[in-house]
Amino acid sequence: MARDITPQFSRPAGRGDGQRVDLTNLSAFTQTPPIGSAGEVAVIAAVAILVVGGIECSLRWFEVPLYILPPPSAVALALVSDFHLILPHLGHTLVELLAGFAIGAGAGLLLAALVTQFPFAEKVIAPYILLLVTTPMLALVPLLILRFGFGYEPRIIAVALASGPMVMINAATGFRRVDSAKIALARAYGASTVQIFWKIRAPMALPMILVGLMIGAIFGLLTAVGAEMVGGGFGLGNRLTTYSSMIQMPQFFAVVLILSTLGILIYVIFFLLGKKYASWEA
Amino acid sequence: MNAAGDVAPRSCRPTSIGEAAGRGGAASGAAAPVALVVDAATKVYGAGADRVLALEGCGFEVRAREIVSIVGPSGCGKTTLLWSMAGLHHLTSGAIRLDGAVIDGPHPAIGIVFQEANLLPWRTLDANIRFPDEIKRRRSDEGLIENLLRQVGLAGYGPRFPRELSGGMQQRVAIVRALAQRPSLLLMDEPFGALDAFTREEMNRLVERIWLDTHTTIVLVTHSIDEAILLSDRVIVLSPRPGRVARIFDVPLPRPRTPEIMAGRAVFELASAIRSEIVGARTSLAAEGAVGSPKGEG
Ligand SMILES: Nc1ncnc2c1ncn2[C@@H]1O[C@H](COP(=O)(O)OP(=O)(O)OP(=O)(O)O)[C@@H](O)[C@H]1O
Ligand SMILES: [Mg+2]
Repeated sequence: MARDITPQFSRPAGRGDGQRVDLTNLSAFTQTPPIGSAGEVAVIAAVAILVVGGIECSLRWFEVPLYILPPPSAVALALVSDFHLILPHLGHTLVELLAGFAIGAGAGLLLAALVTQFPFAEKVIAPYILLLVTTPMLALVPLLILRFGFGYEPRIIAVALASGPMVMINAATGFRRVDSAKIALARAYGASTVQIFWKIRAPMALPMILVGLMIGAIFGLLTAVGAEMVGGGFGLGNRLTTYSSMIQMPQFFAVVLILSTLGILIYVIFFLLGKKYASWEA
Repeated sequence: MNAAGDVAPRSCRPTSIGEAAGRGGAASGAAAPVALVVDAATKVYGAGADRVLALEGCGFEVRAREIVSIVGPSGCGKTTLLWSMAGLHHLTSGAIRLDGAVIDGPHPAIGIVFQEANLLPWRTLDANIRFPDEIKRRRSDEGLIENLLRQVGLAGYGPRFPRELSGGMQQRVAIVRALAQRPSLLLMDEPFGALDAFTREEMNRLVERIWLDTHTTIVLVTHSIDEAILLSDRVIVLSPRPGRVARIFDVPLPRPRTPEIMAGRAVFELASAIRSEIVGARTSLAAEGAVGSPKGEG
């Protein structure tokens, strides 16, 4: 609580809203220019057609065999014809991702809030968090499989361990953006520590929390797929290993396409959340 | 137009409004009771090698319905003093009393306007102004807020966000936020330091108008001697750190202080006296050389 009453000495150069976080500033990804006219849409579509068509033509022209790199048309065909076979695996991956991410992000947010309120706790926890961030969780998957078998559990644990620390360090950075004047304002009107947390610290941290959630979700997706590739008979990662071992490259790339779409979807979701709830930062 | 009835704290005697407006500010305070007492205020930050003695035996009184400015060299403890008055700092020794009661924490009768508007950027102006009421879990006085917003020329701006407003407009909202709590003591820490000279002058006129309406006791920390003279009944000059009272100047000028009054000889002489008091009190003259001139007007 001693943090609540330290005044600001160095004045920000401009009229600042507290410190800015540069590297992963949310505004970096909420400020994509909007698509303006129909002309712009036409140009974007034309470029996309040119790129995909170019790949298609060159692969056919150089007669690259199907089992090395299938042309986009073959991938599209496989995506449509085998979608019903892939769909259940997509479901499994999503279950692992959602469950693992919910656990990891929940724990990460809680720890971040705790650690920034009690600086001593931070000193105790920091080394372990650093360890979790820097250790690739995939390395633990074989061990987890030995202990928990080939079901959901090892994958959910791996996803939670991969996403949690990402959420935590970003959220902690957000919570640490102490603007002592804003806290003093709340205190001057008699705010309690809990009120200061919910009415000042949390909203101030929200942009960084959203960044952390996005990075955590993407790390979670990578880890889920990786864990599925290590062992167990289901999930999109498992499809990747199966299709590649059976040299069914169109199907393989169809799964890759689905995974990219998932990644983009995560990005878009948090982009929209950021636009809605954290646009004051931009 | 006349918001006096709405804004005035209950302690204000209605007869004093007309009187004080016509008379010299300092003279009008003679009858008023002492509202705020700063009694040998001493504040030490840190310990050991990091020990900073910010205030030492700083003492003065502020009478009810008075405007007092605090000026002094940079780092002499003005913010420390103001935050202590607001109950945001605990003094190391000495005491600050409001109407006889020692201030040892945030006080409902005290409003504070911070340096730079200090609005919450994720809230609309309306939500910013209602923030203190939200903390206190009570209803806002809609009529008063509307009235105040109209007075500062921001009627209809409620749904906007702070980033859509200029610095001067933001500072006006910050003043409305403080006044909407009907403080009997309003503290202002260099409220207009970041504004350009013209906006600053406009803001000074606004404060003068508000005071003429409400007669709230005001303590104003400022770097601008002109601002201090325009607004105050008395100007308190603090010594370099550790801050103590170096000298107190009376400003015996009638209100409202028109541009003609402000251009007069009395103001000029008072300003140079205050300036030389600040500069003379400085230990190292060569250090910055910018103490006497307000920083917002460079
Ligand atoms: N929390 C703190 N911890 C340590 N030192 C502090 C703290 N707050 C203020 N100080 C020191 O106390 C002294 C007075 O600070 P203060 O902010 O009150 O000065 P000031 O007169 O408001 O300065 P300025 O004119 O620059 O606003 C300064 O030397 C400052 O470094
Ligand atoms: Mg200060």
